[in-house]
Amino acid sequence: MNPENYVLCARNLHKSFAGKEILHDVSVAVGKGETKVLIGPSGGGKSTFLQCLNFLIHPDQGDVFLDGRKINSANKRELYDLRQQVGMIFQDFNLFDHLTAEGNVSIALRKVKGMSKKDAHARAIHELDRVGLSRRADHYPAQLSGGQKQRVAIARALAMDPKVILLDEPTSALDPELVGEVVAVIRKLAAGGMPMLLATHQMDFAQALATEIIFMEKGRIIEQGVPEALLAPGARTRTQDFCLSLNQMGNQNSMQLCCHSQAAPSPSAPEE
Amino acid sequence: MQGSFFPYSIMIEAFSEFFANLGDNLLLLVKLLPVLLKGSGITVIVVAGAMLFGLTFGLPLSVVQVYGPKPLRWLVSIYVWFFRGTPILVLLYLIFFGLFWMLNFHFNEILAVILIMGMTSTAYQSQIFRGSLQSIPAGQLKGARSLGMSDFQAIRSIILPQALRISIPGWSNEYSIILKDSALAYAVGCKEIMSYAKGLAIANGNLALAIYILAGIIYLIITIIGLWGLRRLQRKIRIPGYSHA
Ligand SMILES: Nc1ncnc2c1ncn2[C@@H]1O[C@H](COP(=O)(O)OP(=O)(O)OP(=O)(O)O)[C@@H](O)[C@H]1O
Ligand SMILES: [Mg+2]
Repeated sequence: MNPENYVLCARNLHKSFAGKEILHDVSVAVGKGETKVLIGPSGGGKSTFLQCLNFLIHPDQGDVFLDGRKINSANKRELYDLRQQVGMIFQDFNLFDHLTAEGNVSIALRKVKGMSKKDAHARAIHELDRVGLSRRADHYPAQLSGGQKQRVAIARALAMDPKVILLDEPTSALDPELVGEVVAVIRKLAAGGMPMLLATHQMDFAQALATEIIFMEKGRIIEQGVPEALLAPGARTRTQDFCLSLNQMGNQNSMQLCCHSQAAPSPSAPEE
Repeated sequence: MQGSFFPYSIMIEAFSEFFANLGDNLLLLVKLLPVLLKGSGITVIVVAGAMLFGLTFGLPLSVVQVYGPKPLRWLVSIYVWFFRGTPILVLLYLIFFGLFWMLNFHFNEILAVILIMGMTSTAYQSQIFRGSLQSIPAGQLKGARSLGMSDFQAIRSIILPQALRISIPGWSNEYSIILKDSALAYAVGCKEIMSYAKGLAIANGNLALAIYILAGIIYLIITIIGLWGLRRLQRKIRIPGYSHA
């Protein structure tokens, strides 16, 4: 793959922790308007890989390109610029507990982008509005539901004007009834053309959004392709086996639809 | 009790005499009170000085100990070990009889006491802050970094504001300990509550016990005022909906 054709591109990443190889020669690229979905068994290296892309974890080997430009992570300026332009959504939100929803969104605008308090506030309110939370602007994280927290986290990432967003199991820490509101926001983003790389165990979600599914196991990419091909009835792929086993375990987040070609129902738009 | 350092028999006599002449003695005590209160001014200055000294240096040391490079962490650990392990009185004597007398190098007693107690408190406070820093979920640092914040920005505007809130109970504890430790300053001639109390007790032997009790009450009152202020501060900056701080 030629990095010039993609917004974000990782080439030949390797990572070991304490001598144990976690990522082996992983390459993934995300282009304009694409949503790539990482799936695979627990411990397969999905989170590690996502965090290598913005150097929250430093890969041992391999390169990351943003807009075709190779990132030199040893250069702090370049590193911080990359992180501004690559949004990240975490499984457990990682909101700043001492700040309101508005403060969570505006603080990096002020400290990193150097915006005035007033401008940062206006932008924060705008972003909270986009995720349906403008009325919760003055609430602290401890006063919000899980779904609301994750939407604040998404607003916080969007406020930085990222070119691409990485999402690490954005719905797996949520109560089932709160998954829908977060999924709706992510769908809206995808529909708006935001390039995304999403790790999830929620197969209906993966299937409905993915322009490509990437199946990862033991630190390697085993399979990748469009969902129609990997999950077609009768396709004998690892991806499909994995879906079936998820269903057999009665995993709540993976719906039985997984192996039918029927699209997942579209959740309603988020309310407050 | 012959030859014993403390004149117990005299004190027991003084005690019974005190009640035999209660009215006059209480009147005399009230007259002596302003002198003790004069000493409490110095006590408050020493305590406030040592607490602020400890805050100023203990906070950066805790950050180094949690986030800094290994060699620096070791240096901090050695500092903490030394000052937690050495009695304040020993340090005071080292400075006063070492530096002041032997080298004939002299500076203000109050400053010297603030310096010694401040350096000791730096060690203790750094450990209070270290615990608080470590209790902030690591994910928040990741969240801050993921937005392009430098580690310095993230620690300053995300981690420290939370860690400081959590530190207030530990800080209150340190305050009440330092307040009591400040009584040691009389041993090196600092004119705080205890030194006045001792002077008055010697001059008014029959009232000695009452004077020390009065001094104790003044310490208790200063403790209560400080703790009350810190508790108010804690309530004022509480994070809504958050259970710990
Ligand atoms: N900091 C670390 N030190 C040592 N080992 C680690 C570290 N981080 C992750 N690992 C190991 O790396 C492997 C991959 O972990 P990772 O979290 O990337 O997997 P994952 O695919 O995201 O799994 P899950 O689906 O459970 O989120 C695991 O075996 C994990 O124990
Ligand atoms: Mg993971």
